[in-house]
Amino acid sequence: MKSTPLLMSRLAGALALACVVCAPVLAQNAPVEPKSALNAALLTGATFSPPDIATIPKDEFGKVVQFGRNVMYDTKKYAPQYAGNSLNCVNCHTDGGAMAGSAPLWGAWVSYPAYRSKNKKVNTYEDRLQGCFRFSMNGKAPPLGSDVLVALEAYSYWLAKGLPVDEKVAGRGYPDIPEPAQAPDFVRGKSVYEANCAICHAANGEGRVVNGAVVFPPLWGAQSFNWGAGMGSIKNAAKFIYANMPYGQSYSLTPQQAWDVAYYMDGQERPQDPRWEGSVVVTRAKYHDNKNSLYGTTVNGILLGDTGAPKPFQPPKS
Amino acid sequence: MLKPRLTMWLVATLGLGSTGVVLAAPPPEAVSCAACHGAMGEGLPAANYPRLAGLPANYIAEQLHYFASGERQNVIMSGMAKPLTPAQVKTIADYYAALPVTMAAPAASVSAGLMARGEQLAVYGDWKAGIPACFRCHAAGGVGVPPYFPPLVGQSANYLSDQIIAWQTGTRTGDPQGLMHTVANRMTSSDTQAVVAWLAAQKPEAAVTMAKSEGGAQ
Repeated sequence: MKSTPLLMSRLAGALALACVVCAPVLAQNAPVEPKSALNAALLTGATFSPPDIATIPKDEFGKVVQFGRNVMYDTKKYAPQYAGNSLNCVNCHTDGGAMAGSAPLWGAWVSYPAYRSKNKKVNTYEDRLQGCFRFSMNGKAPPLGSDVLVALEAYSYWLAKGLPVDEKVAGRGYPDIPEPAQAPDFVRGKSVYEANCAICHAANGEGRVVNGAVVFPPLWGAQSFNWGAGMGSIKNAAKFIYANMPYGQSYSLTPQQAWDVAYYMDGQERPQDPRWEGSVVVTRAKYHDNKNSLYGTTVNGILLGDTGAPKPFQPPKS
Repeated sequence: MLKPRLTMWLVATLGLGSTGVVLAAPPPEAVSCAACHGAMGEGLPAANYPRLAGLPANYIAEQLHYFASGERQNVIMSGMAKPLTPAQVKTIADYYAALPVTMAAPAASVSAGLMARGEQLAVYGDWKAGIPACFRCHAAGGVGVPPYFPPLVGQSANYLSDQIIAWQTGTRTGDPQGLMHTVANRMTSSDTQAVVAWLAAQKPEAAVTMAKSEGGAQ
């Protein structure tokens, strides 16, 4: 074991030399490869692997599991009556909610019921799923017993097979990120965004749509998550971004860059918090009075969240 | 269908102020392209020449720039691209972007197992190996996302395979943020064979209409 790094570095040295000798043109045009991890799971210490998707049973139960997976990937198509924006579950739950470090559904399944400071009560797993639709999807909570909710539960349960019930399971949620050396900053965040995010999410965070289908999700504005969503917390967003973005290049940003760009994203206007208390001041005091929410604060000259009462639910246009 | 096409021709030619506009003829700049890429930009799969018809104009222009700069290494294309002025690049890019998409010939048949693996990689990816789905960035159906992400359907298996290998070996660079280089380096040769075979075999209706970007136009 001890000699492995030395061997590796010698090998790398030999390869580099070979490259210089045989193919100077190649070396000159060496591609820029970001120093990224294979996936978000890598730094979480997760040891659990959910079952292979190909093993979803071919029976009545399996059909519902598959439906739950379909909702994850194409929420607008499979749960249109509850989706109020153009996001899909898979935008925040990479690999259809199967991957550690990307808020896997198996990690959530074994963690509920749980007390949540968000609403100061013990929440069931169903409550938690409903919250996703109400806030992240800026939509309507699927009722208890509805096909969408049952399917998401069935899919979560199936993914978690073999995992002990324990809310401390490694890989749950998004992995911790070191505290930023400097306070997160809008201007620095903007330059991180322009260099690393805009190619997909577009110059103003509006994402990109092709033939009526959202390819890259909008990060702020009318079609994104609302002010009540977990992703509206700078810390939560920084954790997600650090482990999952840019897509396919996990952990390639520095923690500081992740914090800055999270601040930039969460310092933009988005749909009103559905828990609106009649004014931005009261709503902030009741639900956003912490350093990770910019709601009700002035950023880049805008008093965020001062957009009046929430707009009535509208299913996205197909 | 004829009328919108005629309009596109008009936009592509008149809009650029080409001299001697003749409706059914390509601009003079595109004549040498047509020798290999076909009269309608349909490509020549047997020789690994890609289709150009319907690719995003910005993407075609970027690639011509990369051929000229050496970021994309290709003896033929480098010679073609180097003498072009920015105005000529724009004329060529706009012309081919406006042409209707024709589909490439299907790939040689591969095993069912390989096709299934190809579908998995294209639609869902393989995150255990750090490989995101092709369609996550190139859009559902692989129709591409203007202005940066080219279509994958309607290209031959040979051409697609050549590109993945070029990303791996570094003879093709210029991909924004090293995105394709990162993904290609995580693919085995069997993965490459699988995904290009599956992509080349797709003929979705959506690919026949040019992918139209509705958000983030720049």
